[in-house]
Amino acid sequence: MAWITGVGDTAFGRLEDSTPLALMAQAANAALADADRVRTDMDGLLCGYATTLPHLMLSTVFAEYYGLRPGYAHALQLGGATGCAMVMLARELVDAGRCREVLVVAGENRLSGQQRDAAIQTLAQVGHPDYEVPFGPTIPAYYALLASRYMHEYPVSEADLAEFAVLMRRHAGTHPGAHLKSPISVADVLASKSIAAPLKLLDCCPISDGAVALVVSREPHGRSGVRIAGAGQAHLHQHVSNIASVSDLGAGRAARSALAEAGVALTDIDYLGIYDSFTITLLILLEEIGIAARGAAAARLRSGDFSAAGKLALNTHGGLLSYGHCGVAGGMAHIAEAQRQLAGRAGPRQVGERRRALVHGDGGVLSSHVSLVLSRDG
Amino acid sequence: MDRLAAHFWEGCAAGELRYQRCRACAATQSYPRAFCLRCGAADLEWRSAAGTGTVYALTTVARAPSDEFRALAPYVIVLVDLDEACRMMAHGMPGLAIGERVRAHFFGHGGRQLPRFHKD
Repeated sequence: MAWITGVGDTAFGRLEDSTPLALMAQAANAALADADRVRTDMDGLLCGYATTLPHLMLSTVFAEYYGLRPGYAHALQLGGATGCAMVMLARELVDAGRCREVLVVAGENRLSGQQRDAAIQTLAQVGHPDYEVPFGPTIPAYYALLASRYMHEYPVSEADLAEFAVLMRRHAGTHPGAHLKSPISVADVLASKSIAAPLKLLDCCPISDGAVALVVSREPHGRSGVRIAGAGQAHLHQHVSNIASVSDLGAGRAARSALAEAGVALTDIDYLGIYDSFTITLLILLEEIGIAARGAAAARLRSGDFSAAGKLALNTHGGLLSYGHCGVAGGMAHIAEAQRQLAGRAGPRQVGERRRALVHGDGGVLSSHVSLVLSRDG
Repeated sequence: MDRLAAHFWEGCAAGELRYQRCRACAATQSYPRAFCLRCGAADLEWRSAAGTGTVYALTTVARAPSDEFRALAPYVIVLVDLDEACRMMAHGMPGLAIGERVRAHFFGHGGRQLPRFHKD
């Protein structure tokens, strides 16, 4: 069995003079302290990638910088699904007996370390270089194409999407480390400037600086062990022009695998950490996973189920949409928050007693899916 | 750009949409490869599409990724299902809707002829 025994993070937002390695080290320090471990205890190291430090060997660059000498190390690249995939892999390494303690870390100065156009162009390369990028799409445009089709097939309105941006902002308002905290309304979202119709500025996550680290261990030591009870993946396409069906993108398959492995049903879940690069991302994932019927996610939100006090509290840190998005660590923030909620250590954000979380990350254009089931019980 | 992509874009320069069809199983595929995605055969032929199809998805890009495209913004990007059973990304004229029948035209941008679909 494998446990998340420590979580650490930096604030997200504009962190002047930060570097990817310094941010990763800051988060790693916090995670080790939380797990009650020191650097020499880490025999495994998994790290993500940084668009502002595109190195062939980021894990060993970080190991040298931070003073680790792990017996197992590499980086992993799966877009927004990287964080969940690293935790899944850390669990496999621990279960296989390869490692006792794995440090999982990612971070970058995605906002302050480059010009905004450079960031937008780097990210747009997720598109096909010969058959998509020549048309001038952006990441929001890829998701907007998906949104247009989804909203054609199911009864989802732009106001439905806006509700998710409003909820994430409300949750971020309770987190001191969040990038965007000023309250917004559905009207504000609908009135924000168009980016790629139907997506408007406030349907899109910000670009942030920040880092998150986790310690995955063979024993539930530290202040709060949370077990990685199940994990699953699905990868059905890479490019938006190769999506076979907006009703089967892979999220449902990944979540079903994770739930089956954990031996629990969706109805046993009481906390959600769901990837939310755009409002449409979050809505589609909730519906494909089956947390709401098709076209009904916004109604479930309006009923209060996804609020902090709701029975399926969702992204209580504010998600990518408001806590912020600094790449791999953006998706890891959902895992860190789920771990804290299950451990009863989310401070003022604690949403009562939660036992079982479903965390889902997606990379590309809803291309790569990784689900985790985290459990507080043994 | 590999030679398959070059062949596709040379087609656009000549005013045609080229696609691949498998001689072994008759499958068509939406971007060219050296083999058939369905049966794996390497025996593929190039064909020229009729240029007609149906809009599968669309967006209007207001925030362009670069100076090169900022001059065009706002512009419409579409996914079109060609009648030959393959899907492609292209530009579209303003005012199109999902499900609408469209026909490809071409316009010069960034040193290429880009396909842009008009209502048929």
